[in-house]
Amino acid sequence: MKADEITKLYFRNVDKPISVDRRDFLKKLGGGIIIIFALGDMEILNACKPKIEKDGEDFNAYLRIKEDGRIDCYTGKIEMGQGVITSLAQVLAEELDVSMDQIDMVMGDTELCPYDAGTWGSMTTRFFDPLLRAAAAEARMVLIELAAKELGVKKDQLQTSEGKVFVADDPQKEVGYATLTEGKKIVRKLSGEVKPKDPSEFKLIGTPVHSIDLEAKVRGEAKYSGDIRLPGMKYARIKRPPAHGSKLVKMDGSALNEVEGAQLFQEEDFIFVLHEDPEKAGQALAKVKAEWEVPESKANDQTIFEYIKQNATDSEVFEEGGSLETGREQAEVLVEQEYYDGYKAHATIETHTATAEFKEGKLTMWASSQTPFGTRQEISETLNLPLENVHLKQIFLGGGFGGKIYNQQAVEAARIAILSKQPVQLIWTRSEEFMYDMFRPAAVMKAVSGVDSNGKMTLWEFDVYCAGSRGCNLFYEIPNHRSRTFDKADLHPFGTGAWRAPGNNTTTFARESQIDITAHQAGIDPVEFRLNNMKEPRMKRTLELAAKTFGWEPGVTPSGRGLGVALGFDAGVYVAIIAQVKVDKSTGKVQPVRIVCAQDMGQVVNPHGATEQAEGGVTMGLGYALSEDIEFDWGKVNTTNFDTYEITRFAVTPKIESVFIDDMTAKPEGGGEPSIICVGGAIANAVFDACGARVLQMPITPERVLAAMST
Amino acid sequence: MKKTIQFTFNNKPTELEVEDNQTLLWVIRTALNMTGTKFGCGFGHCGSCTVLVDNEPTRSCLTMADYVEGKNVVTIEGLAMNGQLHPVQKAFVDHDALQCGFCTPGMIVNAVGLLYRNPEPTRQEIIEGMHENLCRCGSYGRILDAIEAAAKEMKGGRGL
Repeated sequence: MKADEITKLYFRNVDKPISVDRRDFLKKLGGGIIIIFALGDMEILNACKPKIEKDGEDFNAYLRIKEDGRIDCYTGKIEMGQGVITSLAQVLAEELDVSMDQIDMVMGDTELCPYDAGTWGSMTTRFFDPLLRAAAAEARMVLIELAAKELGVKKDQLQTSEGKVFVADDPQKEVGYATLTEGKKIVRKLSGEVKPKDPSEFKLIGTPVHSIDLEAKVRGEAKYSGDIRLPGMKYARIKRPPAHGSKLVKMDGSALNEVEGAQLFQEEDFIFVLHEDPEKAGQALAKVKAEWEVPESKANDQTIFEYIKQNATDSEVFEEGGSLETGREQAEVLVEQEYYDGYKAHATIETHTATAEFKEGKLTMWASSQTPFGTRQEISETLNLPLENVHLKQIFLGGGFGGKIYNQQAVEAARIAILSKQPVQLIWTRSEEFMYDMFRPAAVMKAVSGVDSNGKMTLWEFDVYCAGSRGCNLFYEIPNHRSRTFDKADLHPFGTGAWRAPGNNTTTFARESQIDITAHQAGIDPVEFRLNNMKEPRMKRTLELAAKTFGWEPGVTPSGRGLGVALGFDAGVYVAIIAQVKVDKSTGKVQPVRIVCAQDMGQVVNPHGATEQAEGGVTMGLGYALSEDIEFDWGKVNTTNFDTYEITRFAVTPKIESVFIDDMTAKPEGGGEPSIICVGGAIANAVFDACGARVLQMPITPERVLAAMST
Repeated sequence: MKKTIQFTFNNKPTELEVEDNQTLLWVIRTALNMTGTKFGCGFGHCGSCTVLVDNEPTRSCLTMADYVEGKNVVTIEGLAMNGQLHPVQKAFVDHDALQCGFCTPGMIVNAVGLLYRNPEPTRQEIIEGMHENLCRCGSYGRILDAIEAAAKEMKGGRGL
């Protein structure tokens, strides 16, 4: 799926699996037992229908028990640190009763793996896991059928363990998977007829398993796109305009010969240099002089919020009920407030990178991409190459967080390889990374809330400008409510897009700040207030788990203790965060002290991996809550490096405790994004509780805390 | 201007022709073809390019290659001995102290240098010693735990 289509879904609904493309892989496959399945098969599993009424070659992934007994899983999903290379292997090992080292994960290679829409939206575990389990269960049944013939017993007398099928009453009678698959080729499409293991039988699922790629990474041996070395490879640098939307006026490359061995290419506005030494390529680029016409500024990081309110005029009601008039009439206290949030960068430590080789009409690439198949399609369409002549290979990513759904660098590298007829590597500099990142958009939220004399909420009006509706459906019980989105195409001066649950961070900050202000005005403890107004039982139990884990003691804000709570819903998961902060009242500096993150994510496949994702989400969230902000003047991005874009550091990170609702019989939900959404709200509320400063704009900088303290 | 320098690279005597404006990072990643040392920001802000020069954690993206003349340079690839992981590498594995792994070489090398200078650091001293290394995946807590564990394992030894 291409990046622009993903972006549309990203701010609204990431709760449906994306399927399917048709590719004929079966002929190419070797022997063994092969079970193929498609993400669309999810519906069949859910409805428990016995048969799939589809063309047998529509599939997104397959597993194969090879003739040597080892197991391959081929999927277009990618590994970027989120740990699915481990959790998918774990699921397979569980259902097939083998150890995890018997499994080889082949991921994201567009020739070896069937089509996949990309790795984003916290979808892998939610939509891929149940299918993989079902497919593995069917593969196991095929093994049992073969073993029944081999051992001359009935199927129901057989069990599996450690890569072998054995007779339950006579364990000496056994046959290994390799013996059973040798010389055979059995291909089946997932039927849904074989039931996977009951959770009570799990040996591996639900146990903590460390990542299987650790050793390669600590040895420095794991390969990322920029670690590929091809014979004769050149390093590319592209001449960039000073601002988005600029037009080339003239270019002068006459000084290029001052750098020996440099080559200059131009195709319209696309100017690049090549050199066999990456630093010389940079020096050569500096010799190329270009003049650009820069568009007039319409807004900067200070004025963007007024600009958004005036220009985001396409509005849509996405949820409403009751009567707003009644809600206002019944309110004893009415709170009306506006909230703001600036642009945020993905700031992965690996910048966008791609290595490309164009040989005999065929393009081979290693690109840091969350969407290898989408990238292949984009390259094929942009550069007029047949789809089958573009091959993206499996490679590790140095972080993604939604930013590597967008693969401008891959298209650029492909174009350079084709134009120059040389193998090339393009590594974006950090300033290119900030300029061409697809930011989480700046946004404005207008909220009106009402509460009656019994502490029951009567009214909720929520207008969201540029942050979308994802996660905004009310889990609070508020009879009179209306939520609207406001947006406009091409409103922002640069690219915006997916960013670890993008707008849900922003809207959760606004909603949970507003709920906190309302609780404060009603004189009620913020946890009690939320529980009293709760509609959704799973949200309620998640908040209760967080409060119990934290040891919450009721109090009315601002209590001076520096405690803040925030709730949210994302990717099928209920999240409650309780944060404790210290605020230096003379400088306004906020120091997080402790964070408890409780989640109801249904079945937790790998508690260790889920915990790491929660810790990672909370840590990343502290950055947008406290310090990350893009400085710009319209299309000119003034933030160029980590000296001014302050992501979370060691000293800022507090003790993080991650807990889960224990529900092994539920279906698994997303783990990569949800934990981050409540960080801004919880910190804002904790800051208020600490010192009475209500900061309405993220990031909550020392200056904003001091300003809010004095009002 | 080109010149030939001699230095020890991952325990091997090495001779290399470099230019005076070449940085150590790119010499390591290209001429020496060791890609474990990463480019992250190019200005010394993120620490993913950290290597040891005479046991001192050094930002290779800000260090000119000719600076290491006569010195001892160790990258992430040079830490394991006879295939055995260095105690800090092993502690990173035991504590799963990484996700995407891109900052990891710089983190580990910086930690090895930190423990060389201060074999028994307090947690606060580890935080201060690691402060300039950035991780976007959010493994900070696990990294601190790993370094503490490695320090204990090394029992005041320097591991190099």
